[in-house]
Amino acid sequence: MTNIREVSVDELRHLVSERALQGETMLLNMGPQHPSTHGVLRLLLELDGEIVVNCIPDIGFLHTGVEKNMENKTYQKAEVMTDRLDYLNPIGNNLVYCLAVEKLLDLDVPPRAQAIRVILAELTRIGSHLLWLGTSALDLAAMSVFLYTMREREKILDIFEMVSGQRMMTTYIRPGGLWRDVPVEFEAAVYKFIDELPREIQKYHDLLDENELFLDRTKGVATITRDECIAYGVTGPVLRATGMAYDIRKAIPYSGYEQYDFNIPTRTEGDVYARYAVRMDEMEESLKIIRQALDKLPYGPVRSNNRKYVPPPRSEIGVSMEALIHHFKLWTEGFYPPKGSVYVATESPRGELGVFLESDGGPKPYRVHYRTPTFANLQVMPILTRGQFIADVVAAIGSIDIVLGDADR
Amino acid sequence: MDEKMRTVVEGLQSRFNLEVQEFRGEVTLIVPPEQIVAVAQTLRDEHGFEQLVDVTAVDYFPQQEPRFHVVYHIRSLAQTLIICLRVPLNGNFPSVSTVEKVYPGANWYEREVYDMFGITFEGHSDLRRILMPYDWQGHPLRKDYPLGYEEVQFSFNIDEVLKRKLRPRE
Repeated sequence: MTNIREVSVDELRHLVSERALQGETMLLNMGPQHPSTHGVLRLLLELDGEIVVNCIPDIGFLHTGVEKNMENKTYQKAEVMTDRLDYLNPIGNNLVYCLAVEKLLDLDVPPRAQAIRVILAELTRIGSHLLWLGTSALDLAAMSVFLYTMREREKILDIFEMVSGQRMMTTYIRPGGLWRDVPVEFEAAVYKFIDELPREIQKYHDLLDENELFLDRTKGVATITRDECIAYGVTGPVLRATGMAYDIRKAIPYSGYEQYDFNIPTRTEGDVYARYAVRMDEMEESLKIIRQALDKLPYGPVRSNNRKYVPPPRSEIGVSMEALIHHFKLWTEGFYPPKGSVYVATESPRGELGVFLESDGGPKPYRVHYRTPTFANLQVMPILTRGQFIADVVAAIGSIDIVLGDADR
Repeated sequence: MDEKMRTVVEGLQSRFNLEVQEFRGEVTLIVPPEQIVAVAQTLRDEHGFEQLVDVTAVDYFPQQEPRFHVVYHIRSLAQTLIICLRVPLNGNFPSVSTVEKVYPGANWYEREVYDMFGITFEGHSDLRRILMPYDWQGHPLRKDYPLGYEEVQFSFNIDEVLKRKLRPRE
């Protein structure tokens, strides 16, 4: 057993330049706990005065072993873990896991459930972007934006509470459909929210778009090119801010996204401001999708009626022995998907969120792997910050919208 | 398999002798460890698969030969195709060449596989643990690495539980 030792300079030798070892540049730890690192993230910065020579991100402080835990639970019970990964996008994490299970089982989802999934996923995207906007503006010392965005985000959480009883860890989307149908007040509440939000977004534009401080801190800061993004697997708004119109909702549509009419916002500069602009436009596009889905929300069941995989409604259990047996079998043993592995990708607020699921024919997933956008996006921190001022590191971290639970899993 | 995918797979098979598997419309190629860099290079340069989406692994313990599969998902953004490559490795000192030279983004993904499964990547520029502390013992996602709690034994699962149970050190 090795004893815990101090990290010596020799172990850093391949990470930092020769000048740091000579003492010409300074090594500075930013984090693990720092208001601007949005979670637990340590950046080892090599500084020449105020200029960043190199940046070495160190993650893993929030590693919770979610994948290992999921492999030791049945498919349905593993799902509650997925909410905890990316705590700003719990519905999106549910959705991608359920899509993977449904692909493994070859299970159909009724159209009403599909439409509600889309509405909730887009609401989560708006909520995530609002929190990102507030906190990254706060990083750049704009306080009031944070208060306004948090107020709007609360309204989204109220809608989640209305449909699922929970504000964040909803586990509302289930393999084969939804937990249950939405309450009658749902449609009116969402209409009210999407009618009011454009005015609020305009307020954020008014506060930031021509704010000289904000422009100085964002324009031309922490730039990245399209080729670098593709080479490093960077997706989402960071990729779209470099001029690449790639969105999985358009490229490989899932949950019926092909029926909705929306655009992919892009910018070409690839700097912090471009990423800000892309996300602001994305919120408007999400509002468009929600409105279309609500306008033609179909009636019908919200769960597949394949009793081998989806438990029967409570009312059936009292009158049908078959239903009782199915319910009992599903919650004690679970279901047995065929052998094989699938990969399903969705567009989360931060980029490509994918699930790799392998089944060995048993009731527990043999291997679950989350391909998370933050993990890939954090990898380009050295590229974003090299040659920038140390204050720009704060802007860069904010602009890639990191969620460390998503990176560490 | 659709037409675009068929041409890609045929193009690869004309050069390498790979086994093709298909499940739920997804194409998986079984690649011998010594060919992975060449296959990745061909995919990127000749078929336009420009983005490495993910690298992960699967542990088939107690099976030893092959014990691990390293799984790569590679995507073509323009053709909206995704292909899965699997590299089988045996249980003793599992090791495979890095694809970092072809896809720079493989750096962190391979570090994660190294950390979680103990699979080494030859030629990797910076193979350190990434999620666990640097002095951590063992590789958590291996199937013979136990969960932290005592599992409840029933008559139907006692064999399975005993297989994973920690025994006092001799």
